[in-house]
Amino acid sequence: MESGPIVIVGAGQGGLQVAASLRQAGYEGELTLIGNEPGLPYQRPPLSKAYMQDGNPGALKLRAAEFYDKQQIRYLPETSVTAIDRDDGRIATTSGELDFGHLILATGASNLRPPIPGLDRTLDLRTLADADKLRERATGDRRFAVIGGGFIGLEFAAVASKFGLDVVVAEAAPRLMARAVSPQMSELFLKKHRDLGSTVLLGDPVSAIDDRGIALVGGTHLEADEILLAAGVRPNTVLAEAAGLDCANGVTVDAQLLTSDPRISALGDCACFPDSRSGLRIRLESVQAATDHARHIAARLTGKQPDPYNALPWFWSDQADYKLQIAGLAQPDDRAEAVDEHVVFRFDAEDRLTAVETVNNARVHMRTRKLLAGGETVGPDTARDLLS
Amino acid sequence: MVKVTFVAADGSETSVEGEEGASVMQTAVANDVEGIVGECGGSMMCATCHCYVDDAWISKTGERQHDEDDMLEGAASEVRETSRLSCQIKLDQSLDGLVVHLPDEQF
Ligand SMILES: Cc1cc2nc3c(=O)[nH]c(=O)nc-3n(C[C@H](O)[C@H](O)[C@H](O)COP(=O)(O)OP(=O)(O)OC[C@H]3O[C@@H](n4cnc5c(N)ncnc54)[C@H](O)[C@@H]3O)c2cc1C
Ligand code: FES
Repeated sequence: MESGPIVIVGAGQGGLQVAASLRQAGYEGELTLIGNEPGLPYQRPPLSKAYMQDGNPGALKLRAAEFYDKQQIRYLPETSVTAIDRDDGRIATTSGELDFGHLILATGASNLRPPIPGLDRTLDLRTLADADKLRERATGDRRFAVIGGGFIGLEFAAVASKFGLDVVVAEAAPRLMARAVSPQMSELFLKKHRDLGSTVLLGDPVSAIDDRGIALVGGTHLEADEILLAAGVRPNTVLAEAAGLDCANGVTVDAQLLTSDPRISALGDCACFPDSRSGLRIRLESVQAATDHARHIAARLTGKQPDPYNALPWFWSDQADYKLQIAGLAQPDDRAEAVDEHVVFRFDAEDRLTAVETVNNARVHMRTRKLLAGGETVGPDTARDLLS
Repeated sequence: MVKVTFVAADGSETSVEGEEGASVMQTAVANDVEGIVGECGGSMMCATCHCYVDDAWISKTGERQHDEDDMLEGAASEVRETSRLSCQIKLDQSLDGLVVHLPDEQF
């Protein structure tokens, strides 16, 4: 059992969860949660979905204000951690120094800012403050250009077209959500967004942003009053790198989510961990990864000796009346087999099921989650049973 | 406001006032009721907001949705006739006094 004090850097989905799980698991030592945003820790997924529509911040809060007192979690908002002194077990923050017995990095990710001239004119959608600003602008007859046809850009586009706004989505890759889903799913969502009235342009990167809109490499110019930058994220590793921790596509952690320093763990969007199924090092940007990592770290720090981390990845995205759910994790060149219009199976080179993508089919999603979480190898025949 | 009573697996009761229009899950989280997690924020993705509606209220909370049934397949605790995802029960005056029971684990 870690005798503490335990300090958590970053008060987002994973940071809050690890604090809650530590108390639940019986950790009684000092516990400090530090975040550089104002207010109480909140959830991000609704920012591009329900919150974009209803603007109700109360529904975003991860825990009530009383929770922090009751659980004796010292929460420091609007405080940035600026340096880690690993020799002395101490961190520097914008409001003073703090000792740690164990440190947990839960710093998340920031929007990727590609080198495009005029980028300072764009809006972001990463934080509550970003979402508020965007909501303010998403009114009237403003024309929106969205740079990036990934989850966040498309979720926003779906809401904006519902508001009756004119939306253009410019995606550099030849298909939508290309990193995360099969070509068949990309196609299904392309049709959906076009039916909703959005203009979607593929395979043509943005080359410049000017007062009138955006210009594409291919020569097209698109008129827009507001521009949302949703071209992906990069992990927040500045602190870890400055402290000399191993980093490569995030803070490098082992199967126990420990960094190259045994007194420091990392989780969620900022952590690059070994995937127990594929054997590859991966980084996931999802609520599932942040919370499952958090529970794993809490178990380890409270003296349970957990098996290597092996939680099954799952993910969802709501776009208009399409709920996309993904169970498992496919590699980009895994074979994709559309078993019906709204269900796609992914198989690796050895014909093992790696993931199932569904739209509005919670049954198949949930069954897949159970089946794959068991860790057995699932071939095409067993996979088909998921449909019955 | 709508009164909701949560009965934990160990029998202890917590009564709170929820806003009309808010879900039972949101009401639990906003009032720091232990036993409801709501990891996906009400997107019907996580099944960590599973609850059992008290028999006396089952006719008022309505039926579970088709998808809800499917998501409950992934719930950590036993699923019963009265099982619901609490993020899918929206509060209105007709539910004033609602009693829900909480399972012993959510994941
Ligand atoms: C608009 C949007 C929609 C999303 N939709 C979905 C979805 O539908 N499904 C899904 O699974 N996931 C979704 N995600 C992703 C999900 O929100 C993230 O994967 C999850 O929040 C990651 O948790 P985390 O704890 O790693 O980081 P975060 O929740 O991002 O928290 C990190 C926190 O650390 C703070 N921080 C960073 N550096 C410092 C420092 N030096 N000092 C102090 N504080 C610091 C950051 O400001 C931030 O508040 C969405 C994300 C966004 C932005
Ligand atoms: S909060 Fe996730 S299913 Fe209800």
